[in-house]
Amino acid sequence: MMVKLKIDNFDVEVESGTSILDAARKVHIDIPTLCKHPDVDPSAGCGMCIVKVGGRILRSCCTPVAEGMEVVTNDAELQETRKTVLELILSNHPNYCLKCARSGQCELQDLAMRFGVDHDEIRKILAPTEIDESTQAIVLDPAKCIVCGRCVDICQNQQNVWALSYQNRGLATKITGANDADLANTPCIKCGQCAAHCPTGAIVEYDETQKVWDMLKDKELFTVVQIAPAVRVALGEEFGYDFGENLTGKIYAALRRIGFNKVFDTNFGADLTIIEEASEFVRRFSEKDNLPMFTSCCPAWVDYVEKYYPENISNLSTCKSPHQMVGAVAKTYYAQKAGVSPDKMRVISIMPCTAKKWEAHRHETMSSSGYQDVDVVLTTRELAKMIRQAGINFKGLPEEVADNPLGEYSGAATIFGVTGGVMTAALRTAYFYITGQELGMLNFAEIDGLDGIKAAEVDINGTKIRIAVVNGVGNVEEVMSAIREAATNGEELPYHFVEVMACRGGCIAGGGQPKVMMHGLPKPWGINDEIRKLRSKGLNDEDEEAKNRLSHHNKSIKQVYDEFLGKAGEGKAHELLHTKYRQRDLYK
Amino acid sequence: MVETSQAAQIANKWRKKRGSLIMALHEIQDVKGYVDWQDAVDVSLCMGIPLARIYEVLTFYNFFKLEAPGKAVISVCTGTACYLKGNDKVLEKFKAELGINEGESTPDRMFHLQSVRCVGCCGLAPVCVVNGKTYGRMTPDMVPQILEEWRQAFKEN
Repeated sequence: MMVKLKIDNFDVEVESGTSILDAARKVHIDIPTLCKHPDVDPSAGCGMCIVKVGGRILRSCCTPVAEGMEVVTNDAELQETRKTVLELILSNHPNYCLKCARSGQCELQDLAMRFGVDHDEIRKILAPTEIDESTQAIVLDPAKCIVCGRCVDICQNQQNVWALSYQNRGLATKITGANDADLANTPCIKCGQCAAHCPTGAIVEYDETQKVWDMLKDKELFTVVQIAPAVRVALGEEFGYDFGENLTGKIYAALRRIGFNKVFDTNFGADLTIIEEASEFVRRFSEKDNLPMFTSCCPAWVDYVEKYYPENISNLSTCKSPHQMVGAVAKTYYAQKAGVSPDKMRVISIMPCTAKKWEAHRHETMSSSGYQDVDVVLTTRELAKMIRQAGINFKGLPEEVADNPLGEYSGAATIFGVTGGVMTAALRTAYFYITGQELGMLNFAEIDGLDGIKAAEVDINGTKIRIAVVNGVGNVEEVMSAIREAATNGEELPYHFVEVMACRGGCIAGGGQPKVMMHGLPKPWGINDEIRKLRSKGLNDEDEEAKNRLSHHNKSIKQVYDEFLGKAGEGKAHELLHTKYRQRDLYK
Repeated sequence: MVETSQAAQIANKWRKKRGSLIMALHEIQDVKGYVDWQDAVDVSLCMGIPLARIYEVLTFYNFFKLEAPGKAVISVCTGTACYLKGNDKVLEKFKAELGINEGESTPDRMFHLQSVRCVGCCGLAPVCVVNGKTYGRMTPDMVPQILEEWRQAFKEN
């Protein structure tokens, strides 16, 4: 049902149930807010979004529109009240923006500018706090926390991880682990969705750019860099490009100018993963070995299984994730070929993800080359920083190509960055392995889009394979219960193959992706479903336009198997490209 | 020993009732005098409630004690009369002498420090009570000798 109302004398018609905040945005009125985010339910926390309805001051984020309502969003009293609220928030927020990782992309800083804050109106009370860097993936600085609660809602209600919580009450409220535990000692899976939604610099990625600069400076070292699929359709936002624009060629050029010796692509690793994972699935499906098989590309999901579903560890594919495969192959096959000593080689992965920082050392099999296969993982945001630090004019860069042989990739590889992509890529190749023929239709409409759980049945020569695709790790419980129930009742399994990506929308909306404020676009900035769709489109378009859309037709992949790896899933391939899992405690 | 711990037994009793976390925590504190980390972990396992949520409740209410309190419970009255007569300074002195904050116990579990609102003898203000023994007309100077008195008392027992 539609509702008609007036906002600042503009006639507005919106669905009933819409909040005044969202209705105002439809007529381009940007009511300020610090706690409300499109991904979280309104909590009426910050008090910035106040409006007047019939003379009463209400919070617009949690007040639904009503027929005939007359709303004032901006007058002298509202301005003054909002400014006081802002000054109160700033009264226990430090002023050291110059040294903050979120500077320039901070919603609090932006509001301070909008309200013309030029001095400390209220005397500051800054309680001593400690920075939590225990995960070495995300950093929590309570001094900068304004207790808006976005991260807690995401961590508890959406991701169902329950690492972050409110401890104590009132002014003493602190966002941290149970009984003030460091994040590394909580169920935290390092997905970084807290960082992706934090309006200030209170939760950011663990910055390792200096480590990489030090490696680049050392002339003894041979540096190899790779970029994940989702990076190419998001990095541009940091340099004024539209959401979802694919800038692969310019990113390669930027990486060469930063000084990396070789520029490879994680998409090569994605094709390699598909060869291994499709082979593994075909074998496990025919032998009915630990079905359903779960994908293992997402380290936050792997961490979640190890902590919350240890009884299902054997369901995980043993395949490493694409960038770990590239690391292992770079320090063995490529090092030999290029005549580089692997102990002098450094592999740096540019990822949309904070959990990948943890993945690089999560298990001894991550050092299968005899050295740590991937030395440093940087997020997309950190790469943007390095490009700026290097003084590179990104827009002016030419488009270059990746180095061979770990640079070639298929369309199937690039969609690894979006929910449903790994499943789609794996089915294309599994179909070929089972039937010896290529799939007619290369896409599966049922597993496309942002629904939390998507399921389909795929017919391979009369054999029906039931698949599920989950995005947003909080949605996985339903799938796991269905699997458990079927097993307990001795019924047929609901699924044979399950893809899980911990972040809503997949890696394109990972915890390490840009959080850019684009002027003229609805706020708050950073991430929302519109951005998710645009970045997904960027990857899906690349797949559709690719000359080769099948991992098993990647010529460089064939070459690496012929010259070095041998047969998929066996011998050297198994030793370098597969991993193991272990149960992990929720709390230490 | 989840099956056998006191906390687990209490939690199991409340498990089937929705919204009964706080009742279970109350009962554990009634029986044990506090709810510590292991108790909270047991409740989490038995009731299927994330530990983070349990600590949200435990730290929200001042009522809950998160560890075994010290043997001598020092209650410093910060009701109106005692406060105006300077008991805030006495409280600060206790904190400094013991190296702990309000609501905490010393590592040797000898003393627990808390502030209370009015113990009903304003005529003696400012007042402190240690394990039922009342000390009136307190000054910060008296703090060390009171602590010494209780240390001796525990030594003799």
